[in-house]
Amino acid sequence: MRGSPRVRLVKWSLHYGVLLLFVVAALFPLYWLVKISLTPNDSLYTHSIDLWPATISLEHYATVIGNSDFLLFFRNSVIVSGVTAIASTLLAAASGYAFSRFVFRGRYWIVGVMLVTQMFPLVIVITPIFSIFGPLGLTNSLMGLIIIYTAFNIPFATFLMQSFFDGIPKELEEAAMIDGATRFKALLQIIAPLTLPGIAATMGFCFTGAWGEILFALLLNSAASTSTFPVGLLLYSTRATIEFGPMMAAGVLALLPVCIFFFLIQRYLVQGLTAGAVKG
Amino acid sequence: MASIDIKNVRKDFGPVSVLKGVDLAIASGEFAVLVGPSGCGKSTLLRLIAGLEDASSGEIHIGGRRVDDLPPRDRDIAMVFQSYALYPHMNVRDNMGYSLRLKRTPQARIAEIVGRAGAKLGLEALGERKPRELSGGQRQRVAMGRAIVRNPKAFLFDEPLSNLDARMREQMRFEIRKLHRDLGATSVYVTHDQIEAMTMADRIVAMNAGIIQQVGTPLELYDDPANVFVAGFIGSPAMNFLSGEARRGETGVALSVGGKAFCTLSQAVAVPEDGRVTIGIRPERIRIGVGAGQVVEAAADLVETTGAASVVHVDLAGQAMKIFTTERLQLTQGQRIPLAIDAKDVCLFDPAGGGRLR
Ligand SMILES: Nc1ncnc2c1ncn2[C@@H]1O[C@H](COP(=O)(O)OP(=O)(O)O)[C@@H](O)[C@H]1O
Ligand SMILES: [Mg+2]
Repeated sequence: MRGSPRVRLVKWSLHYGVLLLFVVAALFPLYWLVKISLTPNDSLYTHSIDLWPATISLEHYATVIGNSDFLLFFRNSVIVSGVTAIASTLLAAASGYAFSRFVFRGRYWIVGVMLVTQMFPLVIVITPIFSIFGPLGLTNSLMGLIIIYTAFNIPFATFLMQSFFDGIPKELEEAAMIDGATRFKALLQIIAPLTLPGIAATMGFCFTGAWGEILFALLLNSAASTSTFPVGLLLYSTRATIEFGPMMAAGVLALLPVCIFFFLIQRYLVQGLTAGAVKG
Repeated sequence: MASIDIKNVRKDFGPVSVLKGVDLAIASGEFAVLVGPSGCGKSTLLRLIAGLEDASSGEIHIGGRRVDDLPPRDRDIAMVFQSYALYPHMNVRDNMGYSLRLKRTPQARIAEIVGRAGAKLGLEALGERKPRELSGGQRQRVAMGRAIVRNPKAFLFDEPLSNLDARMREQMRFEIRKLHRDLGATSVYVTHDQIEAMTMADRIVAMNAGIIQQVGTPLELYDDPANVFVAGFIGSPAMNFLSGEARRGETGVALSVGGKAFCTLSQAVAVPEDGRVTIGIRPERIRIGVGAGQVVEAAADLVETTGAASVVHVDLAGQAMKIFTTERLQLTQGQRIPLAIDAKDVCLFDPAGGGRLR
């Protein structure tokens, strides 16, 4: 830092001012969500806009948990997102490893096709998918959602995993193979532990993607028994009213698994595990 | 311990031919050093021996067994990489014991073998450390340790010292040689550093552009290079090359540089038709002053000294030449100095193909 104390103070204030602005803008909707979920019904529809309700109550949470199918939707969402995250990460790890380490025929074309799938909006494939899935019994089924989400996650997840594998020197598995390991064993015992940050990031990406997805969830599954919670949230908005209180409470509850998930994987998201592998 | 035989091995990466027919026999227990400039195919040859790449054609035998189709794990060789390639998530002991664990060696036995290797390399205190907590020299030792616990048929080294500083490099050079003396295992050592090659090798394999140029003991390559490449690559400061003329006379072959007499070779040499030759002479074989041999006059240009010795740059009929001497000289630029050249120190090369003229 250079300049007089006053210049420094101005720079400091600007720096943190901008950061603060960003944080407030990013967190304000969350704050509003929590606030409304805690506001009792009788003070929800008043004319004044308060930053915090005079009294708080958990009545909306009680409604959501006790008086609705929310727990069912929630369970469905956990199953769909969890299986999607695990399946897409495993498959993406396999294909990412292949792209990172092997030269094979058609590699270029496969990469091209995977890129193309990322380029058009999902809306245009919904109808064909619906008509394919119907006869197969994959509509109104959690399995159908898992297949769709996994399929759509894999291209990007593959590129993500490939970049993590690219960051791991191939001498490591060569050393392991000379030490007596098969390539698969080297992958499991040497490469996989070093890719944990990548695996965690990819899983997080796939999980959140599936968790918040609504288009397919709404159009493929109409029965409540197979609905995920984003679809469930819509039930609070009926033709006559929108039940903001319970909707917001459900929204807060829906945030919890994502928070827990990221809390669990954040340890692995920290990079730098490979430092010291290579170079003196 | 085993011999390594490489027969007419070629390696192409797509259209690029990296090894162009390599024949090489390394005796059991020998320390062979593959030396050559960067990109000449040394690592590729080593990786072919290790099984990390497949040869495009040719045969590789280790200990009399053909190994071309075997995966690395079945070739029973150990390799030390330039980057060390230590497993970052394992501590020193597990790094060294990994190969034994894969062979399902009992824990107690692993501990014993790793302990012995660690003691040999001075790693006793570091067993629990992770690679990132080690200095470059320590990582180098762990990589060596990982190789020796295997007790393999052969050791392969790919520029293992190039990430160390000069002093450490000198010490590890010495330690690797001592280790080889103790273990007596067949070793193939790749380096681009001719000093490493000279000081460490039983036999040097000089490579350039995917072709083996010469194989021999360090002194054979030094004293009797097969071509301009080997002559120029081995030795520091490098051999002087002067373009000159050779004419057959009554007393032998008379050499001249820029029209001035250089020296006369008594032995018969096959001289090209037009008489144009490349004259090679090592800097330390030229003496400043009038001596027994023939005398040529040159102009001093610059003196570089290291304390122990000096390199005198001179100009001989417009061509630059270096002289290596342990005498301390005070020379001014342009000063005329007499140089004594002994005819037996002179090598002649064909300026067109670079081959030695004998
Ligand atoms: N996997 C590969 N694909 C394509 N070219 C390669 C590959 N490996 C090495 N090469 C090429 O082969 C040549 C020799 O490489 P290398 O054996 O590593 O040289 P050195 O170890 O002597 O420096 C280089 O020109 C390099 O670019
Ligand atoms: Mg190399």
